[in-house]
This record gives sequence, C-alpha cells and structure tokens, in this order.
Amino acid sequence: MILPPRMRARHRLMRARINRAPSPLLAIGLPWLSIMLGSILSTVLVIASTPIMPPLGFLTYIAWRQLRPGLLPVWAGLPLGAIDDLYSGQPFGSAVLLWSVAAIVLDVVEARFPWRDFLTEWLVAAALTATYVVACLSLANLASASTSVLFVLPQIFASILVYPLVCRFAALVDRMRLVPIVEIG
Amino acid sequence: MAPPANRRSGYSRRAQYSTFFGYLAGVLGALVGALLLILSIRNPDLFSGPRQVATATVEPLGAAGAGTRKTSRDAFSILEGYVLAGSRYDKLSRELAQARSELAEAQATKAENRRLKRLLGLVEADPGPVAVTRLVGSTAASSRRFATVGAGRDQGVSVGMPVRSILGLVGRVLEAGPRSARVLLVTDTQSLVPVRRASDDVAGFAQGRGDGTLQVRLIDLGVNPLKKGDVLVTSGAGGLFRTGIPVAVMTELSSDGGQARVLSDPAATDYVIIDQVSARAARAPSRSANSAAAAKPAVTGQTK
Repeated sequence: MILPPRMRARHRLMRARINRAPSPLLAIGLPWLSIMLGSILSTVLVIASTPIMPPLGFLTYIAWRQLRPGLLPVWAGLPLGAIDDLYSGQPFGSAVLLWSVAAIVLDVVEARFPWRDFLTEWLVAAALTATYVVACLSLANLASASTSVLFVLPQIFASILVYPLVCRFAALVDRMRLVPIVEIG
Repeated sequence: MAPPANRRSGYSRRAQYSTFFGYLAGVLGALVGALLLILSIRNPDLFSGPRQVATATVEPLGAAGAGTRKTSRDAFSILEGYVLAGSRYDKLSRELAQARSELAEAQATKAENRRLKRLLGLVEADPGPVAVTRLVGSTAASSRRFATVGAGRDQGVSVGMPVRSILGLVGRVLEAGPRSARVLLVTDTQSLVPVRRASDDVAGFAQGRGDGTLQVRLIDLGVNPLKKGDVLVTSGAGGLFRTGIPVAVMTELSSDGGQARVLSDPAATDYVIIDQVSARAARAPSRSANSAAAAKPAVTGQTK
C-alpha cells in the first residue's frame, strides 16, 4: 500500500509508539525540572529595579500540585524551596518554609473542596500567591531590609494574571512527560 | 473536576502509613525551613558558598539573556524613535549647543585643576577598573535588590568593590565567587551611599527604597537647600566609593532631604565597570599590618 507522505510520517509516529512505555525518569523528573527552571527564569529574564517579576518557581510548584495532586510528595518544598532560595535573593530558608506550608495548605483545601473547577483553583492560587509574596517581603524585612508593602502590589497583581499561563505550561510538560519512548521488553 | 480516587488511603494500613509519614515529612520540611531561616538571618553569609555555585551554574544562561534583553530593548527604542523623531531632534540640537559651551568650560576647569594639583604636589593614582562585565541576572521576584555580574575572583573582583556603569553608580560587590559576583544594588533598602550635591558640598546619605528610587537624608539639619533636579554624586566619605561618581537626581523634596531617582537604571545597563575600593580604604589596613599589605598585591597579581 502506498501512502501519501504526510500520512506516512503519521504512520511512522504511530508505529514508533507501539510497544513503548513512558520513561520513569522523565515522568517523575520533568515536574521537578520545570519548577527549578521557573526559579531560575525569574532571575535572568529582567534586571529589575523594583520587585516586578512573578515568583515563577512558586507558581509552577502550585500549578503542578493543583494539576496532579500527589505527584509531588508533601516534602517536595524542602529541596525545591532550597534551590529557589539560592537564586531568589531572599534569606535562605524562606522558600523552604513557605513552600512546605503551601503544600500542606493546598492539601487541606483539596480535602475540604474535592469538587472544583479552574476558577476555584485560580482563586486558591491567587490567595496563596498574595500571601506568599507578602510573607517573603516580611521575612526579608525581618532579616535586614525595610521595603514598603506597597511596592509588591504590582508583583502580586502580575502573579495572579500570569498564573493561567503557568498552568498551561505545566499541562504541556505533563503531556511531554508521559510520551512513550522506552521500548518494552 | 472529580476528586482523584487514588489519594484515598481506605482501609489499607500501608497506604495510611505512607500518607501519614508524607505529611510528617512535609511538617518537618517546614520546620527545617524555619531553622535555616533563623540561621541565615543571624548570619547572612552562611549560605554564600552554595549560592555562588548556583549562580555560576546559570551564568551562561544569564549571559545569553543579557543579549536578548538588549535586542528587545533596542527594538522598543527604534519604534519609539519613529514616533518622537522630530521633537527629539529639536530638543537634542538645542541641548548639543548648550553642551558644547559647557564642554569648553569643563575643559578649562580640568586644565586649571591639573595646574593647581601640580602646584600642591598632589599625585593622583587612578588604578583603573578591575573588570568590565555584564549584569547577568537580578532578583526580580524578591523585594531585595541584588544583581549578578559575570566576573569574579578570577578576574580580581573582591568584596566591597564599587560597581558602576557609564551613567552612574550601580552598587557594590557583596559576595565574590570564582567567575561571578553578587552585587547589592543602590536601590536595595540595605544600601547606604554617602552622597553630596554635585554643585557644592551639601552632604547626606542616599538609602534605597526598594522601588528604584532613593531616600536622601542630609547630614546638616535645618533648611533643606536641595532643589528638584539637583544631581547627587558620591562624596567618598567612608572610603568605599571614590569621589564624584554620579548617583541620582532629586525628584521630590521633604524637610530633611527628599527622594531621588537613580541615574543608572540597572534595567537599562548593559556593561558595568567594577572599580578598586577607593584609595583611602585600601590604604587604611596597610598601616596596621605592613606585612599583610605587602603580600596582598602579589596575590591579586597572581590571580589576574
């Protein structure tokens, strides 16, 4: 049977997926990698003279927790937060503490409201992010700085607006991580 | 969305235990975080080692980002140029005419300065910059204002060195890693720069406010002599910065000083110059320990 070239390519793709399973390394590792990427990206994208960049690492972390509850263990905030702290400029340990607390809070919310749609998830994420940014500010101020809370309001606003995009990114990575590439047997 | 069924532990003892220990580990993680936080608040330099390693790992990414940032900024300025070309040309030609006459004046002053210094027998030692490098990153998501530059101990950068761009003061080196360094920007609330008015000797301090502006406080209390548009330069007090680096322009006045806008906006800065610590500070420790001072230049010479 002779197939037109476009269908032949599709045929080959389908054949390539038969007898294959997702790589466990990618399936488990990609969420962690994407969160670290978020932490790093928010430091290299702009050189800012005001806190304007959304905390992309934290947003990706929340997005994964809402998209796939239970995929990241509850203690994931410890290593991931430590890496975020290395880049964020906050006193070391602030993300470790806040990300761990956020994971527990999210699980409590999930147990309380098991039926939810994206709007509720966005609201929950918005409340969490606003609390997170203000808590980060207070911890930095506790350490040595003295920035007014007014200066982080634009950042909170930007974070809430950018959250759906971060969710789409997490969903994209979620599809990538389960692509069957490892041959069985 | 339906609640995921796989998270209910049901009657399985094993599943119940793993859920319980998962939460236990989560709470422990929060406690470890609180402990780390207390440690790092008490000693901010405690985690500088891992931080340097982390910064060095992403330095190439930041350098690539620096190129992209410049391209996108240039694109915007080209667009803006089309719209504002006529009025800007007019304004610039007027300013150029003014600047020419001021340049002539400045050259005369410079020549006179040289002559007077020769009369006084002053020898000016300008050691030149330590490194010229790029800003490769900043803590844009935090309320603290740190930046990373692409030069470190290998290039001779050490803690405390002032960082400036051609437009003015950017900050000072806080931690120096092997190939990158962390800079405390002047706009951070912890940064305190001794300044004076460029035209006379009205002295004060400029502290960052965290939003790109500075809070200026004058040393002499009384009638505030500052005016909007006054340029502030480093006064050299304290010995960290050399005299006369432009810092900021006054934008708002208050009874004891006012607010100023930073001249060298880090977002618009491509290359930065890292200077030696000002001569006075470098000389001070050499009086106390001659041997250490004699050994020091040799070491920096080797690392260069």
